[in-house]
Parts: sequence; structure tokens; C-alpha cells
Amino acid sequence: MNIHEYQGKDIFARYGIPMNQRSLARTAEEAYEIAKTQATPGCLYAVKAQVHAGGRGKGGGVKVFKTPEEARDCAAKLFGTRLVTPQTGKEGRPVESVLIEFTYPIEKEFYVSIVLNRSACQPCLIVSEAGGMNIEEVAQKFPEKMHKTLFPIETGLSSSEGDRIAALLTLTSEQRKSFSKIFQAISKLFIDLDCSLVEINPLAILEGGQVIAIDAKINFDDNALYRHEDMAALRDSHQEDPREVEAKKYDLSYVGLEGNIGCIVNGAGLAMATMDIIKYAGGEPANFLDVGGGAGKEKVASAFKIILKDQHVKAILVNIFGGIMRCDVVAEGILEAVKEIGVTVPIVVRLEGTNVKEGKEILARSNLKVITASTFAEAAEKVVKAVTA
Amino acid sequence: MSILINKNTKVLVQGITGHHGAFHTEKMLEYGTQVVGGVTPGKGGQQIHGVPVFNSMKEAVVKTGANASVIYVPAKFSEAAIREAADAGIELVVCITEGIPALDMAKVKPWLQTKNVRLIGPNCPGVITPGECKIGIMPGYIHKKGNVGVISRSGTLTYEAVWQLTELGLGQSTCVGIGGDAIVGSNFVDILRLFEADPETKAVVMIGEIGGTSEEEAADFIREHMSKPVVAFIAGANAPEGKRMGHAGAIIAGGAGKASSKIARLKEAGAVVVPSPALMGQTMQKVLKMPILNFKS
Repeated sequence: MNIHEYQGKDIFARYGIPMNQRSLARTAEEAYEIAKTQATPGCLYAVKAQVHAGGRGKGGGVKVFKTPEEARDCAAKLFGTRLVTPQTGKEGRPVESVLIEFTYPIEKEFYVSIVLNRSACQPCLIVSEAGGMNIEEVAQKFPEKMHKTLFPIETGLSSSEGDRIAALLTLTSEQRKSFSKIFQAISKLFIDLDCSLVEINPLAILEGGQVIAIDAKINFDDNALYRHEDMAALRDSHQEDPREVEAKKYDLSYVGLEGNIGCIVNGAGLAMATMDIIKYAGGEPANFLDVGGGAGKEKVASAFKIILKDQHVKAILVNIFGGIMRCDVVAEGILEAVKEIGVTVPIVVRLEGTNVKEGKEILARSNLKVITASTFAEAAEKVVKAVTA
Repeated sequence: MSILINKNTKVLVQGITGHHGAFHTEKMLEYGTQVVGGVTPGKGGQQIHGVPVFNSMKEAVVKTGANASVIYVPAKFSEAAIREAADAGIELVVCITEGIPALDMAKVKPWLQTKNVRLIGPNCPGVITPGECKIGIMPGYIHKKGNVGVISRSGTLTYEAVWQLTELGLGQSTCVGIGGDAIVGSNFVDILRLFEADPETKAVVMIGEIGGTSEEEAADFIREHMSKPVVAFIAGANAPEGKRMGHAGAIIAGGAGKASSKIARLKEAGAVVVPSPALMGQTMQKVLKMPILNFKS
């Protein structure tokens, strides 16, 4: 689960990480009020669109001004729009709040993050002197500038390790102390809150020499949210694809894509492979959708509803390998969906596994115009043909 | 021969009185698996499908002589269930449960390495040696005894691969679902090593997916240690970056974990990587007909 920068900074504040003064605004007038009344001496006014995506600067969602009036006008332009960044896709994300931050000229930027290293079973602190750009670029352009340090979950990053890593960077002794404390703080935060990512990009040194976390990005492990109810409450479903939010209500795992062939599949691996085989056959998948292992016919029917909300969908491929899930139940779900919502696009169905004979008979008896396929490859070819015909 | 399990494996079901535990106990018994007992704290003394229920793993192991267990308990109790099985002296623990926090697994996995135990999963379909023993949730009848080993991070995509093999008359030695989470008890390398050493396994189908680097590590192992041919498919070549594709571990993050990198590394290592998941079976058929000496040349 992702959260906003301002929420991440509220959490950072609890861990003593130094940041600029800032306030959240939900209207342009509020932004103006904050800028006018809370300004610190000699500050600049940063206006930062709060959306769940990186690359906001490149998308025009982060700007710095000299006056409160300019900040207000910028906020006014941002509100009500959908910010498109290199990470959002062409749909963008809605700007419903902006963070007004009082900032100062920056002398140097660093990249700092923590992720879980799967092979080592330990979190890994990544620090680079090449800040401000995304980690992929850093890794490509300056691999020698990346410092990676694993640390134990039980104890977090020790102060001596923090000092050691800070000493690898070009810093004054005061700044080294501050960096070491920040490294230890985010390592504790990462473990305390079951994060999958904590990132400060950039961690900056201002012209005056102070160390300031300019950005805050925190992702949580969805599987651990049950033990962090306060964090789970930070979810902003407006930032998520509405189809994904709707799918979650039915306990379906859905990811929207940009093609025109809807997919209904059981199992995540088979669902990914179904996207791949559609592409291989010359088509474009509209989504990833896993109905899960033990889905009943209602779940299958709701999968159809969600897929058909996507106007681009011109055909649907149902690919089920029945294990726990029975093919006859899937067939009934298809019938129910067609009856209830009137599916007008072609449906290609490939059933295999438990009760496959019964499933096929149900479809055959129904007089539905379902195109059946007996293999994975045949199903892909038929559905691609259906959209190109 | 086979790997991990065979007709002599004695299995305990942790969480046997739950819905899934009871259902799959019946299916495993039908397949011929020696399910010798189950454990649910506080429910000892009952019977489920004729299988005795115990209050603790220690008691169950002492009374049944079990050497394997399968876990169907809810995610928040799974870490404790894994530890209990290891402490009771179980050699093979198969954890089916989905949704265990990543940090719980990161803590328990190094601890398991200090014990004489192997963990398969979590978030996996289980392990099956066709005709001998099935531990997990896979449909038994799609399998056929034979010489192809199967390893996969997925459930139903494994069934797909197995079905393609079986339809072509190619049986399987053992099929192992290693699980779709970021941290799993056994990785590709661990299982490839077992297949390489197993005289009954002549070739391996390996099914990877986006996220993490375990396929890249497998590629290094294949290049250096595998004499047997490997046919691989990597799912998720068309998955967008930053999106979790169902499995907790299936996410491309910070440019790492892409299918393209995994495919390139496996090809370099001499594995035969198929571009379509429909080609897993027939490619294996061709590979098995090739003279072994030509493989990797």
C-alpha cells in the first residue's frame, strides 16, 4: 500500500527526521493562507501535488516560488487536474491536495532508501551521492556511488553502522551525525511498520549546511497491514484505479492495462501467462484478473462486471484451470453474468481441470454464443481473432 | 526415486480442523498420501476423515512418526506453526497459506537454516510425487509418473505445465510449487540442486515470474551445476512496473525483477526459454529427444 508524501512526513516526524516546515492545503485559498501566515524568514514556497506516484517534478507537480501569490496560482492550476508523471500512465492521478512547504536553496542532494533483500532475508539500506534522480538511473549511471548495507531485523541498523555509512559520504562532521541518525531512524521505521519501501529522495544539504529530508515515500507490506490499523487507515483509494478498488470489494485481484481483451483467470501465475500469450498471439490484454482459488459463481459474475466497465474491452477470454475451483461452477458464473448484465462482446472460454466435462456441457446447453477452446494457445488465437474481425 | 517426498512420507496436517485443512486432508487421502495425523491446538482427540487430531506437533510426531507437515492455518499464525513443526523435528514443512507478512518470513527463514528442516512455500500449491504422495492443494489426476521435474512460483500455471506434459505422455518425477511470496523457504536453486542429484529426473521445467532475482540465481546455478536440460517460462513479460500482479512477490520495483532480465540470464546459462506458456510441454518433448551431448552446445 502506498501513502502520500505528507502522510509519510508525519510518520518521519515521529522518528525525529529533520524536515522543512509544511502544511497541507485542499484548496488554492488554503494554500495562500498557509503560504502567507506560516512562512519562515527568507523562505521559498514549494507547491507539491499529493499523488501516489514518483516523477512528480517531471510531471509539473512540484514547483518552487518566491511569493505566496505565485504559490496560490500554481495550486489553483493543480487542483482538479490529473497529474501525469512518467510513473502514472496516461490516465494520471487526481490532485486533491497540495503540500505547501517552506524551503531554502539546496546545495547537494543524496538518495536514501530501504528495501527488503529477498535473498539475504534482511532489509538493505541504499545510499547514493547521486540524489534527486530515480534509483534505476542512479544504479545505471553511478553504480560506484551506491552504498548498500544489510542490517538485522531484530536489532535494526546499529549506530556504528550508521556512522560507518555516513563516513563514506562527503560531509562535515555535524552532517555525518545527522545522516547516521536518519539512517537509524528509517531502519527502525521500516521494521516497526512492516514497510516494503522507505525512500528519501532527495535527502538534501541546504546552502546553510542543514540536513533536510525533502521527500518522503513509504510503501507498506499489504500482508502485514492487519497489525497496523492506523497505517491501513491512511489508504487513499482515490489514488487507485477505480476498477482495482471495485475488484477489491469482491476479493478479486485486478490490475488495469491498456489493451482491449479482458481476461478472467484463476491463479496469479496463470493470469500473467494469459496476458503474455495474448500478446504473443498478436493481441493486447486489457487487464490482469485473478478470481482466486476457491471462487464461486458470484465471484465469476462480478469479474465480468468489472471487466465490462472498461469501455475498451472488445472481447473476453476466460481461462480456468480447475483445481479447487470447479469448471461447472465457472460455467454457471458465466451464464449468470450474461443473464444479469447482458454481455455483448464475444466470450472465448477455455476450461480445463476439475469437472471440465460438466462445465462444457453447461455452456453447450445454454445456447449462449460462447466460443470454446480446448487448449491455451487455441484460446489466445480465437480471442485475438474475435477482436480483429 | 523422486525428490522431497515419496510413498513412505508420513504427513501431519497443521490446521486440520479448518475448512481448507479438512477438505484437502480428504483429497490427499484419496490420492494415497499417508496422512497420519493432524494438529489443531485445543481440538486433540477428534478425528477428521478418520485421521487423529492432536493438540501439538510434538505430541503428534511422537505418536505417529511423521516426517512431513502441511500448513493450512491463517496467515497470522503461520510463522508460529512453521516454528512448531521445526521444533518437533519435522524434516519437510509445506506451507500453503497465503498472506504471511514478509518480515515474518525474513525472520523465520534464517532460523530454519539452523534446524534440520526444509520449508516449501508459503503461498504455494505444495509438492507432489505422482502415484506416491501428494502434499498440498493441486488436482491429483492431472499428474503422471515419469522423469520430468517441475518447479514453479505459481499454482495454476504449474497445473497448466503439468497437464501439457501429461497430455504428451511425459510423466513427472516430482512437482514443486515453491510459492509466490517475496521470501520463500526454498528457492529455485535449492530444488534444482535436488533434481540434478535425482537419478529419476531427466529434465526440468522451471516456471518463474517477475519480481526478485531468484530466476537469475537459478540461471547461475544452471550454468555451473546442471547437466540436465531445463525448459523455462517466465510469466509477466507484459506486466506494468510498480504493480503487484496477484502474488506478493510478483512486482517490478526500481527497474529490478523484469521478465526480460530473467529470460536473458536463463538463455545465457543454456536453459531453453519458451516465449509462450503454451509451448512448455512440446518444447520439453523436443528437448528430451535431443542427444544430451548437444544440449548447451
